[in-house]
Amino acid sequence: MTVTPSRIQVKSSTPSDGRTDYIHIKDYGFWYGEKKALDAITLTIPERQVTAFIGPSGCGKSTLLRNLNRMNDLVDHVRHEGDITVDGRSIYDPTVEVISLRRRIGMVFQKSNPFPKSIYENVVYSLRIAGVSDRSVLDEVCESSLRRAALWTEVKDRLQDSALGLSGGQMQRLCIARAIANRPEILLMDEPCSALDPIATGKIEELIHELKTQFTIVIVTHSMQQAARVSDRTAFFYLGKLIETDLTEKIFMNPAQAQTEAYISGRFG
Amino acid sequence: MNAPAPQHSNTSAPAGEAFVWFTGVGLLFGLGMVVLLVGVILTQGLAVFGSPEVVRVELKDGRVLLGPLAQNRLKPGTPPAEGKMERQYQVGLREVNGQSYQWVDESIIKSESTPPSVMALERMENGAAFVLPQELKMSNGQKIAATDPAFTQTLQREVTAAEALREKISSIERGKIGSVNSDMQSAKIALRKAEDRKGDVAAAKAELEALEKSYQALAAEARQLRATDAGGVLSAKDGAGRAIEIPVSSVVRFWQPNAMSWWDKFTLALSRGWDFVSTDPREANTEGGLLPALFGTFVMTVFMSALVTPFGVIAAIYLREYAKQGTVLRLVRISVNNLAGVPSIVFGVFGLGFFVYVVGGSIDQLFFADQLRYNNNTPVFGTGGLLWASLTLALMTLPVVIVATEEALVAVPRGAREASLACGASKWQTIRNVVLPASAPGILTGVILAMARGAGEVAPLMIVGVVKLAPTLPLDGSFPFLHADRKFMHLGFHIYDLGFQSPDSDAAKPMVFASTLLLLALVVFLNLGAITIRNRLRERYKTSTF
Ligand SMILES: Nc1ncnc2c1ncn2[C@@H]1O[C@H](COP(=O)(O)OP(=O)(O)OP(=O)(O)O)[C@@H](O)[C@H]1O
Ligand SMILES: [Mg+2]
Repeated sequence: MTVTPSRIQVKSSTPSDGRTDYIHIKDYGFWYGEKKALDAITLTIPERQVTAFIGPSGCGKSTLLRNLNRMNDLVDHVRHEGDITVDGRSIYDPTVEVISLRRRIGMVFQKSNPFPKSIYENVVYSLRIAGVSDRSVLDEVCESSLRRAALWTEVKDRLQDSALGLSGGQMQRLCIARAIANRPEILLMDEPCSALDPIATGKIEELIHELKTQFTIVIVTHSMQQAARVSDRTAFFYLGKLIETDLTEKIFMNPAQAQTEAYISGRFG
Repeated sequence: MNAPAPQHSNTSAPAGEAFVWFTGVGLLFGLGMVVLLVGVILTQGLAVFGSPEVVRVELKDGRVLLGPLAQNRLKPGTPPAEGKMERQYQVGLREVNGQSYQWVDESIIKSESTPPSVMALERMENGAAFVLPQELKMSNGQKIAATDPAFTQTLQREVTAAEALREKISSIERGKIGSVNSDMQSAKIALRKAEDRKGDVAAAKAELEALEKSYQALAAEARQLRATDAGGVLSAKDGAGRAIEIPVSSVVRFWQPNAMSWWDKFTLALSRGWDFVSTDPREANTEGGLLPALFGTFVMTVFMSALVTPFGVIAAIYLREYAKQGTVLRLVRISVNNLAGVPSIVFGVFGLGFFVYVVGGSIDQLFFADQLRYNNNTPVFGTGGLLWASLTLALMTLPVVIVATEEALVAVPRGAREASLACGASKWQTIRNVVLPASAPGILTGVILAMARGAGEVAPLMIVGVVKLAPTLPLDGSFPFLHADRKFMHLGFHIYDLGFQSPDSDAAKPMVFASTLLLLALVVFLNLGAITIRNRLRERYKTSTF
């Protein structure tokens, strides 16, 4: 399936492996004040697969990712056009509450940002604010989330210690555990491994493989190897525009656009 | 673009060096002033508890002084080259000498000596006394000469006994009679009310009479206790050899400064220091302790902090987190900042006009109407008091807390907020769980500044509730224990009052320094408390490497 940057068929196209599309981004444009950061993005993200956003710095990957859970609402003087739908409903639908949207869409940030609380409280934070106080439920969620984030064995004896005492890689996995604790449908990851060493990176990549059986994952990465290793589909952005999106093998082996090939082979960016 | 860079850094290096010196000198100057100020307060304030050597000075004109040297200075109006000095001695014995301190020209001093037997006395009335003791007439009528080795022991025993009696009398007069008095006050109101409304006048009268009786009984008991004072008298001579009779019941403590070891002087200073912070003032506040003022300042400062913190934090949260940032908000912010520059007396006037008269007056109208009507219009809340003083100062220090809180809120890293919001937290949940804990140390810095400013304030307090002498503490055993409507004493006002309103300013001067020292110590103590809490919070909520 070859995609042209300006136009794309949106309406429930079935990806080649038979999964349904989950997130539709349609003619989406976004401004920071006067500066246009995204231009007419049209893109579909399939369910329970890993979609990677790649592209040179400043091309708008984070901006798009942060728009998926409306995190950019916090920035002053922003404006958008077009629409994004998740599971058939627009995220800008006035009847959709931002809070419930964010509950369904977990997010892991580039810099790990655990709360200055205990490891336990970090993991169960989203449940606590949702009003869950049943200790057995919290314990259960804490353990299962930490297990899935491959952190349980390392921290099970120090759950009440401050999360700030963990190593960088552990903190990032803790943030993943926190993001998946209330079982979101979608997990957004913005360069989750950029501050980590190869071993921690490997652990997190393994984790992504495992998580994609349950979650739809969107990951922003600067590492071509990482994109190739973890993602099923890849979208290449350049200067706020979506240049090309396709199956990852396709993008890496046989890109349709010259710009994509130039970027992947390291000739610019 | 690249070329000028090295050149630039070359020229800025020496300039930078100069600025190091410049800033260093600035700091040195500031620190020097502070050290000087604190040094003066410390030395002068602590000197109050010292027991300097008492000298007997014979003058060429035949006068003889007995007392410690207080000051030594160049004679005013003489050229320094001539070196004409004059000295000030604390001669004490105000009833005989008229004044506690006397200046003498150095040139007319004939001889000086330090008689070892000289005795310094702290007395209930007329200030200190420095005498040469002769003999003690004991309460049992026996006499003991000053040369007797058991003399000081006996005197101490007599003084202790007199003190116990004094305390007994005071507990009756101030404790029991005080509470009967306040009961009588309410009974009188009840009686007037009954007369006015054709109520049960007889019952009210009977109650008043019963109270009157118990008052008489207590007064008689106190009188009787007074009469049991055996009338021990210390006979002594002053420097000039005049006979002085000092009733033992008026002696608070005595010591022999010229015959004391270093250690004795130290323990004496400690015990006088303790009395200073734990007893009531005497003699128009120029003597005795400062307990009511210390306590009043402390309670007022704590009250004020408890009031200003929630208001300031809530206002800052609204300004920073919820309000739409724009021109209006900028104006509000500028106004708040400028509020910090309004003279404190203006806040005092506002407090009097609004809190005392409007709010307090309304409270009186609503809840204490009877009291007003049947008690000669004596207001309860419609007059200055602890609550209004704390509120006024809270208002005055509000800008400090708001500004500090706003700074602390902006300093919370965006990553922390986003982490919380991404978990599905609402804005308020994020503020409560993440933003406020992270900014708590900064908020406390604002509270510390507010406390320091509030504790040392005098001008607005004078008109909203601080008095020279408050009969009762704002906290006591009668319901509701904390009396926020009561007037109270305050160290800052105390200092002003002693320093500028006392008739004998020489006698009051040591107390001014001691009170200043105490106020300083209180502020340091409160700040240390707040700083400890802040450091705990910092440790607990220190943000990771966001
Ligand atoms: N808060 C903001 N206010 C204004 N402009 C912004 C803001 N955030 C991003 N931008 C701009 O939007 C453009 C896209 O930024 P974005 O962060 O999405 O890039 P990115 O692709 O994630 O880059 P990187 O790989 O370096 O993270 C950039 O030109 C950036 O300067
Ligand atoms: Mg980015």
